[in-house]
Amino acid sequence: MFSLLRTMWLTFLHAFHKRDTILYPEQKPILPTRWRGRIVLSRDPDGGERCVACNLCAAACPVDCISLQATEDPTGRRYPEFFRINFSRCIFCGYCEEACPTYAIQLIPDFEMGEYNRQNLVYEKKDLLINGQGKYHGYNYYRVAGMAIGGKDKGEAENETPPVDVKSLMP
Amino acid sequence: MATIYIDDKPFEVPEGKNLLETCLNLKEDLPYFCWHPAMGSVGACRQCAVTVYKDENDKVGRLMMSCMEPVRDGMRLSIKNQQAKDFRNNVIGWLMTNHPHDCAVCDEGGSCHLQDMTVMTGHTYRKYSFDKKTYRNQYLGPFLNHEMNRCIQCYRCVRYYKDYAGGKDLDVFGAHNHLYFGRAEEGVLESEFSGNLAEVCPTGVFTDKTLKQHYTRKWDLTTAPSVCHHCSLGCNTIAGERYGTLRNITTRYNGEVNGYFLCDRGRFGYEFVNSAARIRKPLVRSQLPEATTKEHALQEAAGMISKGRVIGIGSPRASVESNFVLKTLVGEDNFYLGVSEPDHDLVEFNLRVLRETKAHILSLREVEKCDAVLILGEDLTNTAPMLALAVRQSVRQQPLEEVAALKIPLWQDAAARELIQDKKGPLYIATFNPTKLDEVATEIFNATPAEIARLGFAIANKITGQPSEVNDLGKAEEDLAAQIAEALLLAKRPAIISGTHGGRESIIKAAANIANALHDKGKEAGIMLTAPECNSMGLDMLGSHRLESAFAVMEHGEADTVIILENDLYRRACSDEVNKFFEQCKNVIVLDHLHTPTTERANVLLSAGTFAESDGTLVNNEGRAQRFYQVYPTSEDLQESWRWLMQLGAAIEHKQMLGWSTFDDILPAIVVAHPELKGIERVTPSADFRIAGQKIPRETHRFSGRTSMNAGMNVSEPKPQEDPDSPLTFTMEGYRGQAPSSIIPFFWSPGWNSQQAINKYQEEIGGPLHGGDPGIRMIEKTEQSIGTHFSEAPEHFQPLADHLFMVPVYHTFGSEELSAQAPAIAQLTPEPYLILNVTDALELKLEEGQHLTFKIGELMYHLPIKISMTITRGTAGLPVGLPGVPFAELPGWAILNKDLIWKQKPQAIS
Repeated sequence: MFSLLRTMWLTFLHAFHKRDTILYPEQKPILPTRWRGRIVLSRDPDGGERCVACNLCAAACPVDCISLQATEDPTGRRYPEFFRINFSRCIFCGYCEEACPTYAIQLIPDFEMGEYNRQNLVYEKKDLLINGQGKYHGYNYYRVAGMAIGGKDKGEAENETPPVDVKSLMP
Repeated sequence: MATIYIDDKPFEVPEGKNLLETCLNLKEDLPYFCWHPAMGSVGACRQCAVTVYKDENDKVGRLMMSCMEPVRDGMRLSIKNQQAKDFRNNVIGWLMTNHPHDCAVCDEGGSCHLQDMTVMTGHTYRKYSFDKKTYRNQYLGPFLNHEMNRCIQCYRCVRYYKDYAGGKDLDVFGAHNHLYFGRAEEGVLESEFSGNLAEVCPTGVFTDKTLKQHYTRKWDLTTAPSVCHHCSLGCNTIAGERYGTLRNITTRYNGEVNGYFLCDRGRFGYEFVNSAARIRKPLVRSQLPEATTKEHALQEAAGMISKGRVIGIGSPRASVESNFVLKTLVGEDNFYLGVSEPDHDLVEFNLRVLRETKAHILSLREVEKCDAVLILGEDLTNTAPMLALAVRQSVRQQPLEEVAALKIPLWQDAAARELIQDKKGPLYIATFNPTKLDEVATEIFNATPAEIARLGFAIANKITGQPSEVNDLGKAEEDLAAQIAEALLLAKRPAIISGTHGGRESIIKAAANIANALHDKGKEAGIMLTAPECNSMGLDMLGSHRLESAFAVMEHGEADTVIILENDLYRRACSDEVNKFFEQCKNVIVLDHLHTPTTERANVLLSAGTFAESDGTLVNNEGRAQRFYQVYPTSEDLQESWRWLMQLGAAIEHKQMLGWSTFDDILPAIVVAHPELKGIERVTPSADFRIAGQKIPRETHRFSGRTSMNAGMNVSEPKPQEDPDSPLTFTMEGYRGQAPSSIIPFFWSPGWNSQQAINKYQEEIGGPLHGGDPGIRMIEKTEQSIGTHFSEAPEHFQPLADHLFMVPVYHTFGSEELSAQAPAIAQLTPEPYLILNVTDALELKLEEGQHLTFKIGELMYHLPIKISMTITRGTAGLPVGLPGVPFAELPGWAILNKDLIWKQKPQAIS
């Protein structure tokens, strides 16, 4: 009997408390930057596509909702020919972001993806690619990798010496 | 047997092997780089270190490279010992100092031995933080991509390319830590076996360039066991698909056939499957648009079959099953083998020789172990490339006996090669033209088919010691015959290699005589005969009438409809004859997968699946039946030829085909109709085979994009297609352990993602797969194997005035119909030409590159000449099957006539 009354009293007191719920959608929630929401593909500081189509995000994805096809531009730079995420399957676990060796794929604090038509939840590269670096600034995979691409020849990456002269006998 | 203790656990192991091989045999995980099961040990990479103890009281032990250390009885070693682990960890750290940060953009990633070994040793973080070396890459041709930065200097590539495959143009350059593995200058790699570098290289220096054009990681491929369709040897392959196109071919180890390797035609010839010239929908030519549905096409075809008499023309590039169903559909009397006249006779004769010979019928891997080889009339590098690679190993057998005599283990590769130097075992080659194998041959005999056969007969006589059957044999030939006979008699396991590409029965007869004679002398003699195409032997075992008779039947109006199965008749007979044949046909039904001149003549064209879209069995040159599996599901309009024919049978209510619906329904019927093919039903497990109630998945457990790959078209995922014909699924669901050897869709083992996982699938390293190698021999020795002696050695070749005797010249790249359609192969296909003797050219007042007009049968040819010093006078070499060289029955006479005037038109059909 006492516990019943106590419960009613506590509930009554809540009427005078500060409101915890927010009036979404009029009022927008403040989300931390690490919040795992909609997935984007970012660009490197030079404006090039960061994604090198290595397929690791797709392999890491527990629901297999990422598919892509690698291709190369004439200079040898690899990029995805298509990149598709089926958000109707995505569970926003963030494994793809963890797997990404180039910081290309990132989960951003945006969850407003409601659709009436499920087909609209299939995002292609044009829907995913943003015009910026996203959460991670300053990283450019091809500046670290050894492959020569347009604008970066062999030996011009970070921590690289110029190409070896095979004919030299110097130590 | 010896007892060794690995980490204090006793194991019974065979003696004579090295520790690394022994540990891998015991399925232990021990990292290695420079060792390769086919190439032995050199101890270059220091990666396979283990701790070896003096005795059970020794607690310290010492580090040893397991690949260089033979097994000794009572030996104690430790793989898990901390000292050895740290050492291996450090070694890989050093190997990785200059390795670039490339995995994400490297084609090897996901099937990379270096990745696997790095993970296995626990080298998780780089300690080296200084500058890395870089290297310029080279253009190496259409097959391989070069990315020298990734090299870890294990030397496997040059050891394979130079020592194993006999290549000359890949080497190591530079000094100390500036080593460079490549060519002296950029250019196409010359070896026909260069593609294996992609698998031999433990990292991504050499990668498959055709895969790069539609790159897919190994884990994303849908793969199935397949059999190469590009020559008669039947090498086992794994074909991989993604997004509906075929992506690559890799080696499927078979301890009796191809072992660890494939030739470039087999590896890179697959792209015809993705060709724009594919027939993807059935066509009915009486309507517009021609493309139609399966039902309508079947209805049209059934309408044609049900009225009038129907004949069927089979194909040596279609499976046994497809040919058999066609034979059943049209009836035995109306079935014709779709092969040219010479091929028909030669393959039939091949089969007779193999059935009757007393000698052992060699498998491809057994040729490697033969210690004397005689090749009669075959340019192996171009007609059966992997056999040439096997012969290159066999010339090492006799010198290796010296190595064994000095008690040096044969796997001590550097020591063995140091001792052998340039010594070669006996290899005698008799061909029309110089071949690539000549460089390792003891003696070469370049002559006409008749002279080669005469030499063969003379050798057989010398071996038996009987008087010569050959009339007026020259002194030089007699001496050569005596020399060869002596060399073959000195050997323990002599091999005689011949086949249909010599174009003469007498050459095969001579080969059979020699093999039988050697057998009678108590030798373990072996015989190997090549066949023209992947299923020539299987087709011939079904047996039936000649293509000529089909033409005659049509000419006499005894039939009005023809069903042509996966065959381009313009490659089987003279174009005039074929044109005439088609004009006399009322209805032509063609089943094929690529548009050819024959499909142009079809009234109804049914879209057949290629090897990647079909199930079937092929019988290779030694009579081994091997099954290939459909790799990926196809749309309804594209199906196996046998399924089309079965549905046609159902449409006309064919009595014998009642109730046939799947692959397994055909096999018992084949055995009933053709008892000589008994065993074909046991080649692979039947479709209801299950392990723990589960099918075998074609996809890896890491397969990605399942719920997204088709979402672009429709977000609702359809039910995956089922495969009624095999115990394999098209999905990733199913039994995860090792499948029986004939249905292994890919090689993978925990921690072993690269091809090197094969180690885990073998009973012993380099030996058979678990449960025995796949494939069943259809030809075994019986009481019929009496070793028939063939007589009738041919007479001398006599040149004719104003004539040239045309001998066939084959090309690895271009002579085979299907692979020639692959863009990478097409790049290396030579332009048409004619090889002419230098004196003949002088008489004809022709210089290199000038055109010669000649006539074979009714057909005119106009080809630029290449001058040869070696080809016999009065003969000329005509390339076979190249685009722009129409069919001719070779060897045969061509007429040279100054009155012949070349007109551009007649050569329209190739």
